[in-house]
Amino acid sequence: MKKWLHPGLWLTLAILLVISIWPILTRDAALRERTFTILLAIVMASSLNIILGYTGYVSFGHVVFYGLGGYMGVYAIDKWGWPLPAGVLLGGLTAGLLAFLLGRAILRLRGAYFALVTIGINEAMRTFVSNFQPFGASTGIELHFSVYKPYGGAAEALWLTYYLVVALSLINILLSYWVRQSKLGLGLMAIREDEDAAEVMGVVAPQYKTLAYVLSAILPGMLGVLFFFKNGTVEPKDAFRLHFSIEAIVMVMLGGQGTVLGPLVGAWGYQRLRGLLLTTNWKIAGLAIKDFQLVIAGILLLLIVLFVPAGLVGWLQQKFSKLRRVLI
Amino acid sequence: MSILLSVQGVTKRFGGLQALTRVTFDLPEGQILGLIGPNGAGKTTLFNVINGVYTPEEGRIIFRGEDITGRKPYEVAHRGLARTHQIVRPLNQLTVRENVMVGACFGRENHLLHRAAEIADEILELVGLKERAEQLAGSLNVAQKKRLEMARALAAHPYLLLLDEVLAGLNPSEVEGMLNTIRAIRDRGITIIMIEHLMHAIMNVSERIIVLDYGEQIAEGTPQEISNNPRVIEAYLGDPNLAKRLLEEVS
Ligand SMILES: Nc1ncnc2c1ncn2[C@@H]1O[C@H](COP(=O)(O)OP(=O)(O)O)[C@@H](O)[C@H]1O
Ligand SMILES: [Mg+2]
Repeated sequence: MKKWLHPGLWLTLAILLVISIWPILTRDAALRERTFTILLAIVMASSLNIILGYTGYVSFGHVVFYGLGGYMGVYAIDKWGWPLPAGVLLGGLTAGLLAFLLGRAILRLRGAYFALVTIGINEAMRTFVSNFQPFGASTGIELHFSVYKPYGGAAEALWLTYYLVVALSLINILLSYWVRQSKLGLGLMAIREDEDAAEVMGVVAPQYKTLAYVLSAILPGMLGVLFFFKNGTVEPKDAFRLHFSIEAIVMVMLGGQGTVLGPLVGAWGYQRLRGLLLTTNWKIAGLAIKDFQLVIAGILLLLIVLFVPAGLVGWLQQKFSKLRRVLI
Repeated sequence: MSILLSVQGVTKRFGGLQALTRVTFDLPEGQILGLIGPNGAGKTTLFNVINGVYTPEEGRIIFRGEDITGRKPYEVAHRGLARTHQIVRPLNQLTVRENVMVGACFGRENHLLHRAAEIADEILELVGLKERAEQLAGSLNVAQKKRLEMARALAAHPYLLLLDEVLAGLNPSEVEGMLNTIRAIRDRGITIIMIEHLMHAIMNVSERIIVLDYGEQIAEGTPQEISNNPRVIEAYLGDPNLAKRLLEEVS
């Protein structure tokens, strides 16, 4: 029988702890920045996994929640003088609300149609925000230096955002685990495997899909606030970067869609690889290539889909069925 | 005996194709109703209309006194109607037990996971898939997948079970086993409509039989009446000798 606490959860949490504790122990700011980007990727991938991995709906627009949530939170902090935690909650709430409204409308679409529409929504949101005066239109919002004061200055505020992103990753893993082991998760996975058959068995697919979409949107919304608070500015082109969505898909597929551990491993692996690629200057026929990691991401995605569609964790589970007891 | 399901003048078209024409019958509680007819007669379509996959152009479906015409499949499932698919639809990446748990969790009784797992194990025992509970559904063979379809439907503890060709592709001993399972299900008080091509099998287990041909309901009656009915012999059985043989098998 399924145990409530699967050993795989402890393994996942242990890996997360190992990744996130080093900067805290060493008080190394450079390491903290690098780890921050890994945790950022973990939250994006792990939250995307709820709709992509568990429910089987490929979303290319995951970044829209990060972007809009980020904008809302930064706006509240800047204009209304809200404290950071309140801004973070507002970001999550906004993203969740957007997913709820979108979900009702677009989750009726299946397969490629849904995927395409999610791209359209992200582009539409970027265009809207680029023209939306309260959000500073195309120049965005720049936080005044004084917002960091209550947290003991900019340097301390950076540590605070780091702790918060660690907390967010932790919450995300627990959420993912809970979904995976719950009745909700069973319904979502039934939808993923065969939506019509699931409905015939009584799964209220429209409701379940919307719930999954909302759950997958809240954490990136909160994450966006943390990132742009730390960043000091938020602009449309940073907030709604389509390729961030695509990279998140690669991370989920790489580590293993529909597993708790997979997105974490995938995000970590992908970010390490990206770090390596970014520090090297790539040239083809004497021309420097910008965003070379995207080339690799594309090739990687192709290879995974063709040869290991289950991703690393899924592949291990299939290959060594005993590992199912420790991998989830 | 009260009427569990009442199908009243149901018509279904696919573009120009008349798949069902004013199909009408009442199904009393506790019976096994056989549904026969040549390929393409509209049998599966009738199931799809009853459980809400399609909405009929005309007519109504009354289930336990409630008009369920045009309801979504999950709404129909919640009211206690479960079905199997002629072309099996296993949830491949889930285990056999998880497949059955979906029926128990989301069907009529809406159980929590823990209780659903208990029900699943009970039902898997009944259909003879207990040893396969931990296996992925995708790894089963066709006969086992048919049993899985049935197990999932049963796990919902439905009032009415629609079985679409669960005997097709099974060998004679598997057919015998499945017929025993079907009778055991009926003895639990579940009403059944079954579509089947194996004449001797359906004549044996059904109390009543309805014959469809090109979407028209051409006959209805006991197995004996059906195998004596000249229209059925002409339209469906074709061969009078076959009809005689069937009659002998039944009696
Ligand atoms: N979704 C559909 N769209 C168009 N035609 C369909 C559809 N489903 C069934 N049909 C047609 O309706 C007729 C009845 O099909 P069906 O109910 O599957 O027959 P049976 O189960 O008796 O063999 C067939 O001619 C079939 O091609
Ligand atoms: Mg059929």
